Amino acid sequence: MGENKDIDHYLKSDGVDSEREKMIGQTIGYRYDVNLLPDLSRLTPFLKKYLDYMGWKDLNWLEDIHMGYEEGRAAVFDRNINGWVTVPPDLKLPDNQQERDMIARELLVKFQMSDNHPLVALRTAYGKFD
Amino acid sequence: MAGLEKSNEPLKTEMRSESLLGRTQQVFFSLDNNEEKMAQPFAYEVDFSKSAEIDAEDLNTRQINSKLKHLLTEGYGTITIKNPGAKHSIGVGILNRLNLKIEGSLGYFGLGLLDGPNVTVEGRVGWSCGENMMSGTVLIKKNAGSTFGAAIRGGDLVCKGDVGARTGIDQKGGTIIAGGNTGAFSGFMMQRGRMVVLGDAGNNLGDSMYDGTIYVGGKIKSLGADAVESETTESDEKWLTDKLTLYGLVDKLNLSTIKKVVSGKQLWNYDSLEPSEKKLVL
Repeated sequence: MGENKDIDHYLKSDGVDSEREKMIGQTIGYRYDVNLLPDLSRLTPFLKKYLDYMGWKDLNWLEDIHMGYEEGRAAVFDRNINGWVTVPPDLKLPDNQQERDMIARELLVKFQMSDNHPLVALRTAYGKFD
Repeated sequence: MAGLEKSNEPLKTEMRSESLLGRTQQVFFSLDNNEEKMAQPFAYEVDFSKSAEIDAEDLNTRQINSKLKHLLTEGYGTITIKNPGAKHSIGVGILNRLNLKIEGSLGYFGLGLLDGPNVTVEGRVGWSCGENMMSGTVLIKKNAGSTFGAAIRGGDLVCKGDVGARTGIDQKGGTIIAGGNTGAFSGFMMQRGRMVVLGDAGNNLGDSMYDGTIYVGGKIKSLGADAVESETTESDEKWLTDKLTLYGLVDKLNLSTIKKVVSGKQLWNYDSLEPSEKKLVL
């Protein structure tokens, strides 16, 4: 991590910390460490199966997925809908970023593969090809 | 999104009083009752052990891509395209897991908009290979043209040889690897992700990059605006070693000479201040 912040910093506060952030009233930059090297020993069983199914030897696109924080809730950003998917409120988060990121990756994959993902409805309505 | 239907009515463009509000995605999804599905609902179920070949010599682009899709619908998970003849726009928009081997070279805009497949190209590729790639792996065994991996968002895009100018322009994620040299303006307006150049980099590397990381093994002709050199860390070295090992390029990696280029963040402008307020801040 670039700075040693409390792991729950962005859950406990609005994340507006520096003088410049206070002046403009918003956080500058990401609310997590985008350069955190994933610890593959912490893969969840679901993620192991997913990577094997896709034929990938590392996290591939999931390297860029991290647990973020949106309006006081833990959330993961879904590029397919350009929006945040919040983590279920009753899910207890681990106390380290590596395992939080793995949970975020699993949640995002499950969300994108769900029949209820917004892309499914959009594709049905606007898809030009079968 | 439920009940969304296509409408042929023209869009109303008048002013509205209704404000746009965000919607939580929780109404669409629950972890508890979700099956462990590995593919998107519209993806074809394919078997990697089921293989097929396409001889593209007498086919045009549309016919090749249609044939490819037809084989996916029939469950073929390993497909080889023979005699691609450097035709343009081959293998575009594959949103499926698939092992695709191309025995030859591709023209312009090959393998764009990929989401999932693992592709190997035995020859060269033209401009904009892997444009807007979302996930998967692409391995080019020879050289690539300009704008290699333009606006890539995820996955690994690898060229074992040299690549042209503007590599990874507008990169938003994922990894681009060039085993040889790269041309001018590589990493231009890069926003996220990682680029590795094991040879030399041309003029204005990382010009106006917003975020992301560029690693260069050889010489850098010049850095672009707001691109600065930074110190490599143990994490960088581990990531580089692991990633390059995957694609058989680790022998070209010399950790003692590798340079890391990142954004100087002087062009960052996240705020929504009025111009007069900006003057006060800056």
